Amino acid sequence: MIDSGATAFVLICTAMVMLMTPGVGLFYGGLVRRKNFISMIALAFIAFAVVALQWVIFGYSLAFGSDIGGLIGNLDYVFLHGVGMDGDGIPDLLFMVFQLVFAGLTLAIVTSAVAERVKLSSFIIFGLLWTTLVYDPLAHWAWGGGWAAQLGALDFAGGTVVHISSGFSALALALVIGKRVGFGQYSMEPHNIPMTLLGGALLWFGWFGFNAGSALAADGLAANAFVVTIIAAAAGALAWLFAAWIRGKPSSVGMISGALAGLVAITPAAGFVDPMASIAIGAVAGIICYWALLFRMRKGLDESLDAWAVHGVGGFWGALATGIFAVAAVGGVDGLLYGNLGQFVIQLVDAAVVVLYAFVVTFVLAKVVDTALGLRVSEEEEYVGLDIAQHGESTQL
Amino acid sequence: MKMVTAIIRPEKFDSVKSALEASGIYGMTISEVRGRGAQKGISLQFRGKTVPVDLIPKMKIEMVVKSAEVDEVIRIIREHGRTGKFGDGRVFVMPIETMCKVRTDEVDPVDQ
Repeated sequence: MIDSGATAFVLICTAMVMLMTPGVGLFYGGLVRRKNFISMIALAFIAFAVVALQWVIFGYSLAFGSDIGGLIGNLDYVFLHGVGMDGDGIPDLLFMVFQLVFAGLTLAIVTSAVAERVKLSSFIIFGLLWTTLVYDPLAHWAWGGGWAAQLGALDFAGGTVVHISSGFSALALALVIGKRVGFGQYSMEPHNIPMTLLGGALLWFGWFGFNAGSALAADGLAANAFVVTIIAAAAGALAWLFAAWIRGKPSSVGMISGALAGLVAITPAAGFVDPMASIAIGAVAGIICYWALLFRMRKGLDESLDAWAVHGVGGFWGALATGIFAVAAVGGVDGLLYGNLGQFVIQLVDAAVVVLYAFVVTFVLAKVVDTALGLRVSEEEEYVGLDIAQHGESTQL
Repeated sequence: MKMVTAIIRPEKFDSVKSALEASGIYGMTISEVRGRGAQKGISLQFRGKTVPVDLIPKMKIEMVVKSAEVDEVIRIIREHGRTGKFGDGRVFVMPIETMCKVRTDEVDPVDQ
């Protein structure tokens, strides 16, 4: 039975989540040097387009087809066979496309790792393989009836599937592709901070669709998810801002990164925790993600735009925080704080397995693509910038 | 006094600036410019096709320094701005006829 209110709501949420992908592009585009501005935004759009087609052809079926051994879905829904206008509350087609926009966004986040140096053709091949071998199984584990769901792991809107997976995959990919020429030697300051703030604003806005929409109904649970999303983002923004202030200046890039850290951390918890818990979840996320960024810089890792620090580490914290702060009155499950140690352990196991799976599979996949096709542009192309080298376009003429 | 104009790689600017500072030379005006030298830019190869990219972004530094400091300034720019590859840039030195501060009415004496 189709519920028209729920359908209207999820349609709008889907469109909001779609806007997050170019939002990531603008966020990242502002952080790179001017010669790679177009490339960074284009990578996000291209990631979305590649995943959208993969998803309707077979990705959706791998994620949400009938379970095979807890690991992957079967091929029942290939080419959207049997996915129609009927459904439980919302049309099956709408659920499919709501999930599609999540999958596209996730690959866009991974582009952080290859900023300013990736060969576009190889990225397209890598992206297609990554979304098939990493994203689709993870979506199945959490939401498609896989082992994590069977175990009772909680992931409301994609803490493991979207954020831990993109963050730790970005780290693995960055290790394979290597540092940018001159990384650590000369300045690679963001060239357009207002663009990054605009991208961050679009992400924050779209995140309401991301989290509230994951209720799949226009109901109280959606309202709870909406409210905790606002709070966690605000707490994360201020926490990172103040942490950065202590070390120097309260940078606006830090503030918006903190907001994203809070949004990431509240994502798995949005349907399970109450508003006051979300202050703690967001604030802690702002601080540990900032710490993770400093750690990455100290180690000289060029995971260029901090998908690992913000999405990976923030997602990991969010998965644990769900197990700590979950309260039965919101989502029907209690966490550690309310005496349910078991849930916390399940969250820890789920998050740890996803970290390991995403990192290892991505590392191997990136090595294979690098060996076969070369992931990286030539040094001269990198010097000239990917806008001209890969797209034949420039913001500088 | 002399005007030293240096065209260098943008990514080398920070190290050139710090080295100049370490030698007590602070005053400078910079601009982001685009240009090409004898190599006519860079040629990228795409599947057998050559795509020329000329007018590469560069940084222009203009400094007015005492004549006695010119050699030191040139040495610093060459040492800290060099990669050894095509496109490291040029340094030009020109005489200064007059110099006056806008804030005051005085005209600074110009050494010869």
